[in-house]
Amino acid sequence: MAAEHDTVDKVTGKSTTGHVWDGIKELNNPLPAWWLYLFYITIVWGIGYVIAYPAIPLATTFTKGLLGYASRDVIEQDMEGLKAIRGESMIQLASAEPAKIVADPKLLGVARALGKAAFGTNCAPCHGQGAQGARSYPNLNDDNWLWGGTLADIKQTITHGIRNENAESRQGNMPAFGRDGLLPKADIPHVAAYVQKLAGRKVDGNFDLKKGEKLFAENCAACHGDAGKGMIEVGAPNLAADIWLYGGDHATIVETLTNGRGGVMPGWSGRLDAATINALTVYVHTLGGGR
Amino acid sequence: MANAAGVGKTLTFGEGGTAAALAALAVLSIIITANAWTPEYGFHAFLFFLGSIAGVFAIFSRYHARPAAPVAQEIDGKPNYNMGPVKFATIAAMVWGIAGFLIGVVIAAQLTWPALNFDLQWINFGRMRPLHTSAVIFAFGGNVLLATSFYVVQRTCHARLAGSIAPWFVILGYNFFIVIAGTGYLLGITQGKEYAEPEWYADLWLTVVWVVYLLVFLTTLWKRREPHIYVANWFYLAFIVTIAMLHLGNNATIPVSIYSPKSYIVWSGVQDAMVQWWYGHNAVGFFLTAGFLAIMYYFVPKRADRPVYSYRLSIVHFWALIFLYIWAGPHHLHYTALPDWAQTLGMVFSIILWMPSWGGMINGLMTLEGAWDKLRTDPVLRMMVVSVAFYGMSTFEGPLMSIKAVNSLSHYTDWTIGHVHSGALGWVGYVSFGAIYCLVPWLWNRSRLYSLKLVNWHFWISTIGIVLYISAMWVAGIMQGLMWRAYTALGFLEYSFIETTEAMHGYYAIRTLGGLLFLTGALIMAYNLWMTIRSSELAESAAARPQMVPAE
Repeated sequence: MAAEHDTVDKVTGKSTTGHVWDGIKELNNPLPAWWLYLFYITIVWGIGYVIAYPAIPLATTFTKGLLGYASRDVIEQDMEGLKAIRGESMIQLASAEPAKIVADPKLLGVARALGKAAFGTNCAPCHGQGAQGARSYPNLNDDNWLWGGTLADIKQTITHGIRNENAESRQGNMPAFGRDGLLPKADIPHVAAYVQKLAGRKVDGNFDLKKGEKLFAENCAACHGDAGKGMIEVGAPNLAADIWLYGGDHATIVETLTNGRGGVMPGWSGRLDAATINALTVYVHTLGGGR
Repeated sequence: MANAAGVGKTLTFGEGGTAAALAALAVLSIIITANAWTPEYGFHAFLFFLGSIAGVFAIFSRYHARPAAPVAQEIDGKPNYNMGPVKFATIAAMVWGIAGFLIGVVIAAQLTWPALNFDLQWINFGRMRPLHTSAVIFAFGGNVLLATSFYVVQRTCHARLAGSIAPWFVILGYNFFIVIAGTGYLLGITQGKEYAEPEWYADLWLTVVWVVYLLVFLTTLWKRREPHIYVANWFYLAFIVTIAMLHLGNNATIPVSIYSPKSYIVWSGVQDAMVQWWYGHNAVGFFLTAGFLAIMYYFVPKRADRPVYSYRLSIVHFWALIFLYIWAGPHHLHYTALPDWAQTLGMVFSIILWMPSWGGMINGLMTLEGAWDKLRTDPVLRMMVVSVAFYGMSTFEGPLMSIKAVNSLSHYTDWTIGHVHSGALGWVGYVSFGAIYCLVPWLWNRSRLYSLKLVNWHFWISTIGIVLYISAMWVAGIMQGLMWRAYTALGFLEYSFIETTEAMHGYYAIRTLGGLLFLTGALIMAYNLWMTIRSSELAESAAARPQMVPAE
């Protein structure tokens, strides 16, 4: 307040506006020219852009702009461009049987490219980016198949999935022998030890393998076979291969026998088109284990 | 004293009215507590009950302690400033700030190492992320704005803050809102609108608080002893008025029941998206830009002891900024179901906004004309000047990212996160730190800060943190955008989503480190402020306060 008469800044020699607030003054500098001209330029550019592109809303429509731009047209052009790059192969992929795709090197190349992209997006979250699997999600690189490794088997599994609400999905469960009282709980460790022996594993501990063998024959062999080689029709895994979906240690096998197992996989027929399902079938088949 | 207290002491309208309203709220809250449909909502209603009861008690104990005569507006011809609420909000800002930065570091680590979610619903990323954004924007930033606005409006109007109960109601009520919002997120109460997550009852409470805030501010302006309204107050007023409008527009919901925390928004589809981003963008524009420009317009000239560079520029850029910002929201919805014409306008207004934004930067930086040497010796001023530089950078990057061609690459990537944090850490964070470093010695009547050396450490550690954070996010974001759009020669996507996430892991780790450094700086600051307030040797008599008296 006291300095209101003092309207020149001593440091710069510039005049102030004469106002003082709590000791703060303001210089009377003009707008910086470069700032003002850039501001004008952006305004002029803005007017030009509004004339060129869809911009002004009207009662029932809007100004379309001189360039005739519409974002829907752009996405359609992009999709057309993609179609052109992918070419005829995509159409053939949708209609051809997987066996025919495998036999045609050009089609096989496209199928594997599409299959890799689709696998990364849809399958890798469970099966892993390299299809190496994880606990409770099978490895797709080996030839140890739960539901069959032929092109037809793989396509069936991908299309309808496993143990889901779709009636055509793969069905068949490992029963909960312990929980449901199918086997006395005391017997389960002996069966588990016998399963380990079947897989060629060293059995640690004092288990009655004779009893285990007898119980296996009575309860398990119907699905897994006398030698434990498994049965693809019901998705019963080969126990002799020493490849484990949940684990081959004694405690895990006891857990499996006690509470059963029943992993699920979604069916993809409603989500992926025919070409993509064919491509995925071929891609998985050619990962190394296809039969 | 005893005589004065005994004769003619009556409840003021403010005291009686507020106590009655809070008592009514307490009754309503306890009824809701008893009938709430979910235990989480019952807990919130009970907090409202406790809060309003505490408010009633506080009003009456204050009444018994105070003299009968109303508080003097002036003492010896000088305004009798009301700095209690300012002190409270300043400390609250620091406490919430550290909490918000800490949660930011935790969620950055969760993104880097997902196991840190621990499969617990209360602390998973989905609930902690809004806790972080609300804590830093509304709890930290909001308290900084409340503290500085109540300080600046008094000092530049040469008048005591309007109201007696009202300023405390604003500060305490606002912080109560923060508690409701934050605990709500952890308990799973959200309306799912970004930066507007609190449900209807918290929104209603904030509306009441905000209206009182506006009234306190306007009334203080009304009774000013200066002929003109200082530029900082224009920005504060624009911030308060516009946030009120945005809050009401974007939270227009219909509750399922008064006993349910759930509500449904009246807007639908793309119109809801448009209203949300009209709100979201202008929360940035009016909360994080206009409000903090107000801080800059007071604290930079004050600290540098120099006049504001250009009065004319402040007028032109103020009105241009206010007029243009409000239209720029649609650039958050490029290439969506939003009609093309709205996208065009959002982009055009964003580009034209570039210079009005830079007007504030020019005025901030050029105010140092004739005082640049102070940057070498005063780390507090340096912090504020660097914040203005970050402001300039972010307000260039913003219009750039609003261009549709650029946005098609940057949108949905971590580039956006980098952009936001160059503005949040660099601009909002640093200008707030600078203001608080100024405010604490002024408010607690200390001759200086406990240690300028520690301010220097804070400055450099945080600056390294910010640089690590934003450069990691730029690289990660642009890489992410390029990977998403990469096609093979056969016309199929080159990378799966998981591959893009894996590629960003290292940058996420760097981001976490950057955040940790920023948090470390804030902890150093809190210690410094604590020691400033505690050390009685720094205390000064009220007569000699060099920093508060103009040089002449």
